[in-house]
Amino acid sequence: MGEVRGFLTYQRADPQKQPVNERIGHSGEFISRLSDDKLREQGARCMDCGVPFCSRGCPLGNNIPDWNHLASEKNERLALEALLATNNFPEFTGRICPAPCEAACVLGINEDPVSIEAIEMSLADKGFEMGWIQPQKPQIRSGFRVAIVGSGPAGLAAAQQLNRQGHSVVVFEKSERAGGLLTFGIPDFKLEKDKVARRISLLEQEEISFRCGVNVGQDISLNELRQQFDAVLLACGAEKARDLNIAGRDANGVMLAMKFLADANRRVSSATAGSTENLPATGKDVIVIGGGDTGSDCIGTARRQGARKIVQFEIMPQPANLSRFPRRDQRPSSTPWPHWPLMLRTSSSHEEGCERVFALESVRFETDKDGRLSALVTREISVSTDELGQTQWKPVAGSEKTWPCQLALIAIGFSGAQSDGLISEGMLKLTERGTVQATEVNFLTNIEGVFAAGDVRRGQSLVVWAIAEGRKAAKSIDSYLQGKKQLTKLCADSTQGAARG
Amino acid sequence: MRNNSFNKMLLDDPRIEQRDACGVGFIAHLKGNRSFQVVCDGLQMLRRMDHRGGRCADGLTSDGAGIVVQIPHELMKKSASRQGRSLPAAGEYALSMHFLPTDKKEREFWQNQLQQCAREYGLEVLFLRDVPCDASVLGQAAKLTQPHIQQAVYVRHNSNQNRHNFDWNLFAMRKNLENLARERYGVKQRDFYIASLSRENICYKALTSSDTLSAFYTDLQNPLFISAYAMVHLRFSTNTLPSWPLAQPFRVLCHNGEINTLRGNINAMHARSFLFKNDKLQQEIDRLGPICTPAMSDSAMLDNAVEFLLHSGRPLTQVMSMVIPEPWEKHSEMSQELKDYFEYQSYLMEPWDGPALIAFCGGQQIGAILDRNGLRPARYWITTDGHVIMASEAGVVERSAEQIIEKGRLSAGRFFLVDMAEGRVVPDDEIKSRLAAGKPYGDWLKSERVIADDLFNAESLDETDDTQEYTSASSSMPKLLRAFGYTQECLRLLLAPMANEGKEPDGSMGTDTPLAVLSTKNQLLYNYFKQLFAQVTNPPIDAMREELVTSLSTHLGGEQNILSEGVEHCSVVRLNQPILRNSQLRRLFGSEIKQLSVVRLSTTFDIQIENLRQAIDKLCKNAVECVQAGKNLLVLSDKDVSNSRAAIPALLATSAVHHALIRAGERTRCSLVVESGEPREVHHFALLIGYGAAAVNPYLALDVIATRDKNYSFKADLSAKKLEENYCKAICSGLLKIMSKMGISTLHSYRGSQIFEALGLGSELIDNYFTWTPSRIGGIGLAELESDMRTRHTSAFESLERATSTLPEHAGQYHWRAGGERHLHSPEMISALQNATRINSFEEFKKFCAVLDEDNAAHLHLRSLLGFSPQRPPVELSRVEPAQSIVRRFATGAMSFGSLSKEAHETIAVAMNRIGARSNSGEGGEDPQRSLPDSNGDSRRSAIRQVASARFGVTSSYLVHADELQIKMAQGAKPGEGGQLPGHKVDANIAKVRHSSVGITLISPPPHHDIYSIEDLAQLIFDLRNANRSARISVKLVSESGIGTIAAGVAKAKADVILISGHEGGTGASPLTSIKHAGLPWELGLAETHRTLVENNLRERVILQTDGQLRTPRDLAIATLLGAEEWGIATGALITLGCVMMRKCHLNTCPVGIATQDPELRKKFAGTPEALINYVFMLAEGLREIMAQLGYKTVDDMVGQAQNLQKKEVSNERLAKIDLDFLLKQPDGHFSVAARGKSTQIREIESGIDMTTLLPALHDALSTGRRVSLSLPISNLDRSVGTLVSSEISKHHSTKQIPDELLKVTFRGIAGQSFMAFAVAGISALLEGEANDYLCKGLSGAKVSVRPPRQSLLVAERSVICGNTALYGATSGELYARGRAGERFAVRNSGAQAVVEGVGDHGCEYMTGGSVVVLGAIGRNFAAGMSGGIAYVYDPQEINRNRINTELVQIDSTLSQSEEKFLHDQLRKHAELTDSSVAHRLLENWHAEKHHFLAVCPPAYRAMLNRHTEINEQTESSFRQPILPKGSETHRGLHG
Repeated sequence: MGEVRGFLTYQRADPQKQPVNERIGHSGEFISRLSDDKLREQGARCMDCGVPFCSRGCPLGNNIPDWNHLASEKNERLALEALLATNNFPEFTGRICPAPCEAACVLGINEDPVSIEAIEMSLADKGFEMGWIQPQKPQIRSGFRVAIVGSGPAGLAAAQQLNRQGHSVVVFEKSERAGGLLTFGIPDFKLEKDKVARRISLLEQEEISFRCGVNVGQDISLNELRQQFDAVLLACGAEKARDLNIAGRDANGVMLAMKFLADANRRVSSATAGSTENLPATGKDVIVIGGGDTGSDCIGTARRQGARKIVQFEIMPQPANLSRFPRRDQRPSSTPWPHWPLMLRTSSSHEEGCERVFALESVRFETDKDGRLSALVTREISVSTDELGQTQWKPVAGSEKTWPCQLALIAIGFSGAQSDGLISEGMLKLTERGTVQATEVNFLTNIEGVFAAGDVRRGQSLVVWAIAEGRKAAKSIDSYLQGKKQLTKLCADSTQGAARG
Repeated sequence: MRNNSFNKMLLDDPRIEQRDACGVGFIAHLKGNRSFQVVCDGLQMLRRMDHRGGRCADGLTSDGAGIVVQIPHELMKKSASRQGRSLPAAGEYALSMHFLPTDKKEREFWQNQLQQCAREYGLEVLFLRDVPCDASVLGQAAKLTQPHIQQAVYVRHNSNQNRHNFDWNLFAMRKNLENLARERYGVKQRDFYIASLSRENICYKALTSSDTLSAFYTDLQNPLFISAYAMVHLRFSTNTLPSWPLAQPFRVLCHNGEINTLRGNINAMHARSFLFKNDKLQQEIDRLGPICTPAMSDSAMLDNAVEFLLHSGRPLTQVMSMVIPEPWEKHSEMSQELKDYFEYQSYLMEPWDGPALIAFCGGQQIGAILDRNGLRPARYWITTDGHVIMASEAGVVERSAEQIIEKGRLSAGRFFLVDMAEGRVVPDDEIKSRLAAGKPYGDWLKSERVIADDLFNAESLDETDDTQEYTSASSSMPKLLRAFGYTQECLRLLLAPMANEGKEPDGSMGTDTPLAVLSTKNQLLYNYFKQLFAQVTNPPIDAMREELVTSLSTHLGGEQNILSEGVEHCSVVRLNQPILRNSQLRRLFGSEIKQLSVVRLSTTFDIQIENLRQAIDKLCKNAVECVQAGKNLLVLSDKDVSNSRAAIPALLATSAVHHALIRAGERTRCSLVVESGEPREVHHFALLIGYGAAAVNPYLALDVIATRDKNYSFKADLSAKKLEENYCKAICSGLLKIMSKMGISTLHSYRGSQIFEALGLGSELIDNYFTWTPSRIGGIGLAELESDMRTRHTSAFESLERATSTLPEHAGQYHWRAGGERHLHSPEMISALQNATRINSFEEFKKFCAVLDEDNAAHLHLRSLLGFSPQRPPVELSRVEPAQSIVRRFATGAMSFGSLSKEAHETIAVAMNRIGARSNSGEGGEDPQRSLPDSNGDSRRSAIRQVASARFGVTSSYLVHADELQIKMAQGAKPGEGGQLPGHKVDANIAKVRHSSVGITLISPPPHHDIYSIEDLAQLIFDLRNANRSARISVKLVSESGIGTIAAGVAKAKADVILISGHEGGTGASPLTSIKHAGLPWELGLAETHRTLVENNLRERVILQTDGQLRTPRDLAIATLLGAEEWGIATGALITLGCVMMRKCHLNTCPVGIATQDPELRKKFAGTPEALINYVFMLAEGLREIMAQLGYKTVDDMVGQAQNLQKKEVSNERLAKIDLDFLLKQPDGHFSVAARGKSTQIREIESGIDMTTLLPALHDALSTGRRVSLSLPISNLDRSVGTLVSSEISKHHSTKQIPDELLKVTFRGIAGQSFMAFAVAGISALLEGEANDYLCKGLSGAKVSVRPPRQSLLVAERSVICGNTALYGATSGELYARGRAGERFAVRNSGAQAVVEGVGDHGCEYMTGGSVVVLGAIGRNFAAGMSGGIAYVYDPQEINRNRINTELVQIDSTLSQSEEKFLHDQLRKHAELTDSSVAHRLLENWHAEKHHFLAVCPPAYRAMLNRHTEINEQTESSFRQPILPKGSETHRGLHG
């Protein structure tokens, strides 16, 4: 804690954002890291709590007070080292994490919390600028080989951890480029793809192999992988989108959000990025169904594509509209501090212009004579609690309303692992939720030597959770391999003994 | 010679749990004239110190009373002739007094043995005499254990023996008989005991009360019983069952106090007995057996040592000065010859350190000596008829004023000696210079002894060399750090602050991690040991402010035969402190010092080939062989740790070698130096030294500091050398702190004293390597230690190769960290508790409980290993007593206003008052406004008010407006330590309630300066009883080994409530070392206390309360079953008010407004009484559910029913090794079991002067509206006079203006202790005579003057007028004392004005306000820790100036005009009230004399005074007017 009274001296500062009209004119990022002075001050706001709730709030268990302290002492390099000790990719989480750490920050009880995420991003970016982040090749090789299926955040984190333990890692990716959701799901304006590429390249320099365009389960079977590798980690996400099966779903202009976003990302990354032709949202009235992060990404993307009007529907009633950092006594009793508060959240995409409607249920899509989407009919939902305490959902009679639209994006979540590919082989045991069954203790699936981590195991979740799972799974795989080593050694000893005897 | 059975005997030595304190005294005729009167006076002395002794539950059996007198030759002659024998001349025969078994056969056996043994030693038993006893005066407990008491007369069989041989043979024979008795009855035997065996004197002692000793021993009533002296002792022990042999006096001495370093002294005495050499007596010496008789009390063992040394031919005074040396190292006024003498003696023997008044007699000498700190009172009179009277109190023998020609007192480290052959009192300086001149000590030292500092400075240390070493070390450093278990946290949180700032870092809010044995993290061996500390029976000391008595010096080299006295003892290397830098160790190795014969023994072993046990065995064997081969410095080194060689834990290696050497009889021939990468925290060094190391070189800690690595927060702008120096300094002051916690002043005594309790170590490990260390619950052994050690080694030397970071792990021992050590206060737990209590949901509360209680949850505490096993059918919940009645049993912990914000403090009080429970003011006074109810009916008053060592705001009014008064003896987070509230935290509000000044730093002393011993506590309890007749008196103790016996003592001292606090308790600020490593869990303390009290039939007298991280109903149920009827919650309460365990209380930055005084932060406080009330009720409801399940309808029924508990089945092997029988075993003993307390203490206040005389007079004055004057006699039996009547004024008339001198009383005589304690305005007392200790303690406005009687022959200014610790914690009022005062005059005075004519050591210590004028000599260390107030010291000879401790104060020799006026006024009043000749003289020559005054004042206080001068002048003009017209007194006289 560089300054004992820092939290009383400095106000919270967030990274500078470009103004809306400026930033919607391009598809790149629009925030910039904290200046060095601001970084020091923001670090100094941390109180170095005896019980750092932030650290508990963070799925990675980041030692936030430690690197805040070092940042406050202008020791950014060591701060970054402390950050990297628990988080493989702060350049990602520093941008796209909803920051449950900040929701749990003790200062947040009665002040704006410490801007942990901004500090994280600033440290990471400064690290790259200064060349502090360099590939770390292991000193020795264990001789073990591990296959990782999926190159999203879980897969990448596991790959880096395992590689650093000296194991040889091969990452299989079904798409043409590595990165998973980081590359295809998250729009550039939140995370520019060269940052993902930079990280992949670092990992390659650390001697991790990437095999893109290989769909495990189709191009190579799980059994084959098991034969070729000492361990297999499944980190292939929960990409099976939840669909909205109502009348008119097959209308031209009704799209799954992930497809819309992936297409948009591909376009941004491709050479024809400058062209505005053929963009799905240009000049259209767009409805985004689903009020989550994916929905938000759709809004920002549609805005940048030049949509005429954007409306977002959410089936749940509007949560409390609180200040950005509600104090402890303002928080809803269902989610008291230090829990993630249930509240109305305004994303940067919302800031860029969109109408938000709550407690609305989609009834049917309407089409024009060409089968193109022309409108969405909705009705209101009333939510009440019955005498047993059960939540009751009831459509409100006579509340139907027609919303003219030409593009509707379905962003109502995911329902487990993609069912083609290796799931279709039928060897893996799945949970009711469609995810691969594996424990939180050792991440082992029902198949010996096959592990699962990230969304494929826990279901759709945050990038930070994916990294956390990747790390934990790597640790479990390492012990598994160490055990194997002991066993091999034992066998070797006994055979030697036998030969001698 | 000293065979195995001898060692076994020592091994079986039970832990010493005997602690005593007492009244001590003697009377002697200067010329040695014998009379019966002397014996009678001795007995009177005993009677008049009755309040200093202890009584058993039966009310009659005392802890022991005794008298030593010269052999009554005439009486014995008569007795001999009755048996038809003729007695040789006096001095030609010896008389023994022995206690025999009552069994007839056994008695016959011993009578035969006496004869037989006597013959072996050339003696003959002339005849035996059954001592006439009247058993009817004994109490029940004494009767049950009464021995057969007999005397025997011995004569020389062989008349060739000279007297010296005769004495030696008597001694040797007695030791031999004692050995026989141990062989027959076991080590702990008390069946056969020889109370005295001497040619000169005899000891009569018994478990009778002080007034029935002579009724029991009818000899003492016989006028033929004449003696020139009588030495008496009245015992107040905390030991459990009464014991006849342990009554005092012993053979040479009797003792008031406690020997803190006993274990070390015994070990050393035992070890050095192997070196005893005497050409003629070798065979007998070898037969002596243990010098210190096993299983006796500390005083008895000291007596043994002294007695033995006397037989070496040294004079009595020399022996006493060896065992209780005066602190000499830092003495500015001591001659070099005397310093040489003491230094020389220090190489023969370590001090027996602890509070002590020792009276001794031998030959023609009788005398007394006081410990180095002057912690016990001792007063003497010399009378016109040639008698000398010395005792713990003045006035214990009736003498009229004109019979007394000298009055004095003993001061620290000084002798008082009557030489009856010379017929005079020999002054201390004469004794000492005679001793110093006895041998050419200075020359011997010069020729032989090497001072290490000279050695180190001789060639300047090669700094570059050091740097090279660091660079070469750097590549292996990450590995070494891991191998020795370093963590990032220990580097950043502990080492960095020590290296950067030179002091140990502080922390807040206690510790909440599991005990080492319960932890799942790899623990170092050090963490299994807890530091012990002083409470009640002895005081901790303040090493910071009373530095002059401390010493960290140590020496290297072997000891020699103590029976000789020659130059050979000087063959040592003296170190100023025990921490060796790397270069210093090299220097010791490198140079050819003839005094040292060094060998380096590796403590590492090949992990592929050997195991730990083999490695230790080898090391020990090696060590013994090396010493036998003549090596005298063993360096235990793990420097060669490597990939293949792992290090034995340094503590294990050290202690194992230490004990192996003791067993081999080689220990004192050599010194141990530890060169290890492992030690780094203060606690580690304390343990290494406590288990035998003379010096430690922590090379890795020093190396890592020298890297100045920013990663670990080392300050790169300081040089490596500076950082290292800082670090060593921090370690040294930390060591001093740990020592002083136990009341130990010198490292020399601390070395090997083993003042630790082990927790979680198995008995085999303890017995083999940490012999005699208490370890009550068993636990792990060598195998587990080895496995942990190997894990660390592997992680360092194998896994590190594959690790992603070279940094050591974080650990999370102090601050919670994800993946780190488990904490009770996890984010989940805190948020669950806050949520449940905010919304008052029992469902949510159960979720919170589940976080902590579930079977599969972490084993955080010992109680986590306990499960319920109901012994009765369950009852219906509805039949269990309601929560409303249960909640009354709750108290909140003592948290002061000052540590807590006003808002937090008052919210707690409101909550507790609403439900009829009790909140605790903590240490720091309380705003009187809070006693008035709020408009909504709420009360913000704290029901419990604390009396702590600083006595902040402890006024008569504060005391009387409480329901319970709690004496804080210790605090869980830092037992044995004081505290400090820095000036910047003392704002107007705090200053007001603490009766101090804004911005002036407030220091809490480590001890209560009126409690250095158990009888002192009894006196304070008595004071408080008088100060508040209706309050319960509670004593707060912290759990540690032996707390049961302490609690028994506290019960005998008549407390109503005993609070057993766990070690984990929260705190505002405490050194991290203390938070983690001092004190023990409450489970152990509570179970031990409950059991001990039941076994001694004392349980019914007191209520037991416990606290220490109690969080859930399950915790409460376990506490109740283990014996507590009430519970305290503190941190838990704070959490419900919003505390999030920032652990930043010491920084004043609490972000939730709880532990801060910052007005901005206080606004953030959001706690409500409701949340706390919800918590207490949910705890009670939860407890009811458990009660129903266990079948108890009321809490009362459940108290102490430990049979409902059992240890849970655990699969973890380590946990399985823990043995909880200590917690669960039932009390045994022959007394009926009263399981729970009702507080039935006898209050003893009804018959006092206050009740019988002063109170009626007060009522009279108030009802008639007239002043009352009284004249009364007083004696030392009248204690706390003026306190009760003052409480009456404070209670009922606090709103009225009480006129000055409403009650004006003249007392004639010797006042008992605590005269005018807490006396208030309106009372005016004149004492014509003399006062004892604690005069005007807590003075709250009264005006008191003390002067010698008019007929006195004494020169008043040279005589003592009052005892120690006068004006302690006084807040207002005046004291004029014509004469000299004792030690610590006006300690912690914060507002009283005083004039006195001389003071002892440590005058005005910790003073924060008021004024003191001293018209005579001051003692040393005047004004230490004085942060406020002003003292004027008359210093015409310019001697006093050098005795002032100027650390905080400034000395001005010119006084301002207003000061001059003030001083003049004070002198005038002094002259008027006491007729002081000094004052008269000064006033007459005022213009010349005023220049001889020094003004002693802290600069900050002076600045504040200057600022407020104007304001003061204004308030003075509006000074209250008396409501009664002058001259309306009525006069009532008693006895004229």
